[in-house]
Amino acid sequence: MSAAHKTAPGAVARLLDSDFVYAYRRSPIAIAASLVAAICLLAALLAPWIAPHNPFDLASLNLLDSFKPPAFLAEGERAFPLGTDDQGRDLLSAIMYGARISLLVGILAVALALVVGISIGLTAGYLGGTVDAILMRVADVQLTFPSILIALLVDGIARALLPREMHEALEIYVLVFAIGIALWPQFARTVRGSTLVERGREYVMAARVIGLSSPRIMVSHILPNVLGPVLVIATINLGQAILTEATLSFLGVGLPPTQPSLGTLIRIGNDFLFSGEWWITVFPGIGLAMMVLAINLLGDWLRDALNPRLR
Amino acid sequence: MTLLDVQDLTVEFPTRRGTLRAIDSISFSIGTGEILGVVGESGAGKSLTGAAIIGLLEPPGRIAGGQILFAGKRIDNLSQDRMRAIRGRQIGAIFQDPLTTLDPLVSIGRQLVETIQTHLRLSDRDAKARAIKWLEEVGIPAARARIDAYPHEFSGGMRQRVVIALALCAEPRLVIADEPTTALDVSIQAQIIELLKRLARDHGTSVMLVTHDMGVIAETCDRVAVMYAGRIAEIGPVVEVVRHPKHPYSEGLMGSIPSLEHRVARLRQIDGAMPRLAAIPPGCPYNPRCPKVFDRCRVERPGLLEADATRAACWLYDKAAAHV
Amino acid sequence: MPAFILSRILQAIPVLLVVGFISFAMFAFVGDPVTAMLGQDYTEAQRIALVHKLGLDQPFFVQYAKFMWAAAQGEFGLSYRLARPVSGLILERLPATVELAMTSATLALLIGVPMGVYTGIRRNSFASRAFMVFSLLGVSLPTFLIGILLILVFAVLLGWLPSFGRGEVVHFSHWSTGFFTVSGLKALILPAVTLGLFQMTLIMRLVRSEMLEVLRSDYIKFARARGLSQRAINFGHALKNTLVPVITIVGLQLGGLIGFSIVTETVFQWPGMGLLLVQSIQVADIPVMSAYLLLISVVFMGINLVVDLLYYAVDPRLRMTRRVSANAP
Repeated sequence: MSAAHKTAPGAVARLLDSDFVYAYRRSPIAIAASLVAAICLLAALLAPWIAPHNPFDLASLNLLDSFKPPAFLAEGERAFPLGTDDQGRDLLSAIMYGARISLLVGILAVALALVVGISIGLTAGYLGGTVDAILMRVADVQLTFPSILIALLVDGIARALLPREMHEALEIYVLVFAIGIALWPQFARTVRGSTLVERGREYVMAARVIGLSSPRIMVSHILPNVLGPVLVIATINLGQAILTEATLSFLGVGLPPTQPSLGTLIRIGNDFLFSGEWWITVFPGIGLAMMVLAINLLGDWLRDALNPRLR
Repeated sequence: MTLLDVQDLTVEFPTRRGTLRAIDSISFSIGTGEILGVVGESGAGKSLTGAAIIGLLEPPGRIAGGQILFAGKRIDNLSQDRMRAIRGRQIGAIFQDPLTTLDPLVSIGRQLVETIQTHLRLSDRDAKARAIKWLEEVGIPAARARIDAYPHEFSGGMRQRVVIALALCAEPRLVIADEPTTALDVSIQAQIIELLKRLARDHGTSVMLVTHDMGVIAETCDRVAVMYAGRIAEIGPVVEVVRHPKHPYSEGLMGSIPSLEHRVARLRQIDGAMPRLAAIPPGCPYNPRCPKVFDRCRVERPGLLEADATRAACWLYDKAAAHV
Repeated sequence: MPAFILSRILQAIPVLLVVGFISFAMFAFVGDPVTAMLGQDYTEAQRIALVHKLGLDQPFFVQYAKFMWAAAQGEFGLSYRLARPVSGLILERLPATVELAMTSATLALLIGVPMGVYTGIRRNSFASRAFMVFSLLGVSLPTFLIGILLILVFAVLLGWLPSFGRGEVVHFSHWSTGFFTVSGLKALILPAVTLGLFQMTLIMRLVRSEMLEVLRSDYIKFARARGLSQRAINFGHALKNTLVPVITIVGLQLGGLIGFSIVTETVFQWPGMGLLLVQSIQVADIPVMSAYLLLISVVFMGINLVVDLLYYAVDPRLRMTRRVSANAP
């Protein structure tokens, strides 16, 4: 009890003194990656306020502005730092708005995969027996199929089920659903594995003995103990989800040009690659790669930092 | 004749909160054909001492001071290549868990032959004959038939016999056995210790037997070193240390063996716990738990002092002070 | 051994039935094949005749059984989009995809595994760190972007290699191959590199982490204590143990390769099954989608079987007469 006053400096001070933060401050890669990720996130979040133009405002578009090269080239204009696309949209603004959509879809999809995966993993690991066997068999079978294929097929089915206009309006949610469904098994397997270990620990026995209900034990006692590895997978999967969305949009089964994500922008630009307007493809591509690289670097670093055995 | 001579060995682990001294200038020696027991709680530095001698400290751990002499020559500063030639050939090692020390994908015969051929210039046929001879010697039934078997086809006790054969097949002069029976069934432990004793006697091999089981030490060893918090608390002939322990910590340890027949009791009867490496108290590291503590113990660190037939790191035996 | 194969095949059957059910459900419930095939103007009589002809008036499970029976014989009906038998469409496209995937897989394995081993053994060397950064770049760049960049450099700017299609192909009965013509080989380079790069970096990273895991194990420490040379430890013991998990990973990666061949084929307009699938999904051409799904599952089951057989060859623990199936990964 006398230790209570020692913890008074609070959670922040303790966090700053932890091995985790220490490892972070000593890793230039982690710092650089989180900086880039933060810049991407801010640019995406604040796009409506800081982007030089509004690419969705049809009134401001002028076809005379189309195919302008980036400002640093001879024919570029300072109003369009990264040039314009075929409809005269400012690429920088389009990239910022596109990143917004890409991130939104990625985060929502991972959130969906998290919820589904954690619920199934906890249930399977805690209950065991037949439930466990069936759920994990399903996960195994799905894991043998590449996630991009699953997402493609789910999207294809949705396309066939929904009328065209409705599908276009709902495309973001369809994508979130398709990608989320494609990613859940990894979470489920990890959570199940950790749950199996935690289930045998004394504190779970103790919780049972004092008569707590199974869902309560699962959520408030086991879950916090399996969050570490889940956080790592979530980070790595966020990069994966963003790539999957971009790929689907690139394939023409993702977001329509009226609501372009980074993948859609690259797809649009791809049509003009041969006529020399390379910037329409390359800049959104660089934006996408930078964002995903930063997220992957962070995920990699997190995995090593949370798993000291690997160092 | 002295085979191994460890002088003021210090092992450190640099961490971000400062350097941890896991072994703090310990000195001891092992004679030819002698069995030295090293006993102490987990974390006392027993296994690290073994790893330091054989040159397999895990980074970032490193030898920060002192020297290790083997047959009169320094081995703590040898290159990796020269040390490799010593490992297995001059100094062998037996690990704790036979379930994990054998490569599961390579037959035991292959593992023996590669070890033999690494150190001795023998043809395939001779190396195989020698492998079979060693399997027979460690008591594997039908050795010739089982030489191509894989580790998973043996029980835990049998696997530890294979590990012993692997450690001894190039006839090293010293074997470091790191808790060789801890992972085994109680019923098999005695057999393995018996085997180790017999082989050491037959081949004139010296043994450094690391364990936390005083019963095993009492039965097997010639001399014993009691380690506490990275230091040697007491070292001397096993009969003396067991019957008339001089250091209060050894006394506590001996109190924890009811009799040699009931080899279950562990070192649990001393109040408190061994300090963490980061928080070793000044003076004698045992002073917070010691029933005979006095003022000097809290400020000054005792070295090993003569105490009848043994040597103990305890101010109770400071003859110079006793006269004052 | 035969019992082992047999049990694996038996295990695959329920999975195939389930996948078949999903394919069938897509076929039966998603979209409306009748309107899709008749177009805008048709009479009620025409509709009923077609419904009857397609067997859509029969009970559900009869339809499922018929579907599976037809599927087993390679019959998937007509493509809505092209009004041609799906089986013929897929057969035509199969060789292109197989050749692309095999080339990429070989590339990915031949480069990825040695790089993984190297970065695992010498994990602190400069080259290892460079490989790791490069690999992370490979994992972060989407396949289609790699393809586009390669096209930009090698086709548009340098003009060395073609940017689309398969080049000239040679026909051997049903099989068409691009391996025997210069233009065919040239056309293969960019798509194969694009498809293989991602898998290669992934394989490298996985081999590396498995290698690091194995190098920490007790039996490697013991091998050191036995005085074995670094070479004997790395290649005689560590690599062998790394292979066991790596085989699974590579098996899964081959699946990934087929998945991503969809993307690569779209970028390079490579006339394979993946391109066919994308074109079909864009217009919700369900028969092609369900046939593709079934075919791919059979391919995956085949890959899994090969993986199991390799396991069996590498790991003596599986060769025991009484197998401990509970521990089998």
